[in-house]
Amino acid sequence: MKIAVLVKQIPDPSGVGKLDPTTHLLVRDQGELVLDPGDSYGIEAALEIAGAGENQVVAISMGPEGAVDVIRKAMAMGAAEGVLISDERLRGSDALATARVLAAAVKKAEPDLLIACTESTDGYTGIVPAAIAELLGWPSLTFAKHLEVTGSKVQIHRQTPEGHDVVEADLPAVVTVTGGINEPRYPTLKGIVASRSRPLEQPSLEDLGIDPATVGAAGSAQKIVKVEPAAQREGGEVIEDDGSGAQRIADYLAELKVI
Amino acid sequence: MARIFVFTELSGSELSPVSQEVLTKARQLGDVEAVILDPQAAGATAAAGQFGAQTVYIGADKAYREFVAQPAAAALADLVEQHHPDLILFGATYDARDICARASAKLGLTVVANATDVEAQGGGFAAASSIFGGTQNVLTELSGPSPCVLMRPKSVTAEPASGGPPKVVEVALPESAPRGARRLDSVVAPASGPTLEEARVVVSGGRGLQDPANFELLEKLAALLHGAVGASRAVVDAGWVPYARQVGQTGKTVKPDLYLACGISGAMQHTVGMKGAKHIVAINRDRDAPIFKICDLGVVGDALKVLPALIAELESRGVSG
Repeated sequence: MKIAVLVKQIPDPSGVGKLDPTTHLLVRDQGELVLDPGDSYGIEAALEIAGAGENQVVAISMGPEGAVDVIRKAMAMGAAEGVLISDERLRGSDALATARVLAAAVKKAEPDLLIACTESTDGYTGIVPAAIAELLGWPSLTFAKHLEVTGSKVQIHRQTPEGHDVVEADLPAVVTVTGGINEPRYPTLKGIVASRSRPLEQPSLEDLGIDPATVGAAGSAQKIVKVEPAAQREGGEVIEDDGSGAQRIADYLAELKVI
Repeated sequence: MARIFVFTELSGSELSPVSQEVLTKARQLGDVEAVILDPQAAGATAAAGQFGAQTVYIGADKAYREFVAQPAAAALADLVEQHHPDLILFGATYDARDICARASAKLGLTVVANATDVEAQGGGFAAASSIFGGTQNVLTELSGPSPCVLMRPKSVTAEPASGGPPKVVEVALPESAPRGARRLDSVVAPASGPTLEEARVVVSGGRGLQDPANFELLEKLAALLHGAVGASRAVVDAGWVPYARQVGQTGKTVKPDLYLACGISGAMQHTVGMKGAKHIVAINRDRDAPIFKICDLGVVGDALKVLPALIAELESRGVSG
């Protein structure tokens, strides 16, 4: 069985992101670029399903050349191979254009299961995985907080507002996982060394049979036309807790008539 | 007039709160046509009309509940191909996000997720959203056929319109539509009190609570204040509480009268989901935590000491929940 996992390189989410004032594209050269923390749950889920047998995990990413770092990180955790689609013509891709590229790469890799995180931490649209599933004609099982594969079926516990639904589908399928579904492993030193020699494919758009007119800014029917700083909230009184903090909060709640 | 489709959802048998909000927004933009795909759709047409839908397309096939996203996406895509709406609005719910993703991929429609507003612009539409933890607002102009916008709950105040009963059109589930992932069971977690979105008081916890067991303190405080319990991403990622509790950019937006942040540092990714609260109280050990820059009352101290003291203080004042 082969499991594909989507990974994404994003600006360190603990920093403040920035858009280029003229192109309105993400400024990627400031701050540290990291593996999206959400993706580590997807990688771990894929590795757990793969287990120790002949199953293989392939990490797939679309992004600038430097995104090879996050594929290597997935390999250091245990992924056997990687695919990076990197092309200037992909700049400015919306969710659908991104899904087109990734769906073509997934199709070529021929996995039985594709795992992604529920939404990226930077763009957070949460659209790409289910759009890939539609383009491939596969079922999508999203918001998983529990995941298991038995034979040719995949079953998840899908987060709902009230609890969860038990959802099942035949493979191949797309699954998205929520944070906290597992405890992602740390790369070992041995894993880091091994990751350097694992196979990495870098197919071109042509290799994937993608018409450049359907991706990038050209293939995306949306454009950011205005960026402005959001209004910030003003801070109020801050006190040190000398034992009277609770009383002060209770007084405030009474003032607000919450109690 | 522009034709605006609203993918309209039910909670139970009623029109969902977010669908009421989205219908309210839609009628500022054009003629509203609601699409309701749910076994109980027929019962909600009048309510959709009250919120401004002039036409309601209903599909009551039980496949819409039994299977996740695929049948609804196929039926919605069929309707879009027949009617070519100028815009399709959705509430950003678990189900609508998947249905929107699949329908948009099927038809090649662009999608803006996490919108807080939509406006007419240059003969088409533009969606406003908030990025980088709410530090910047962007306006995205939409083009191409039937662009899709997912609106974050609580972005618009729902207001009924004065329209008459809508025209109701029944639509059949396309026979060729793949069914896909099947719901085998629905598990409702035991819960008391209001939901996170509805609650007037939200008590949230983060890493500063040190141990998942300490969320009991929040449960107890929330019960006293008739509130709901929320959480930061850090503790959701750590598996302490489910994703449904997460407040923030990747999570829920709440706008309660009072938000009590306990042991939450206040990273922008969290504050974007709660800074619309009327009043914010924060308890955190770190005097420099960013949460203190946006709260109305901040207490620099250990949440594990302040919370039990606060519960005792409230009880001594006769607050019993």
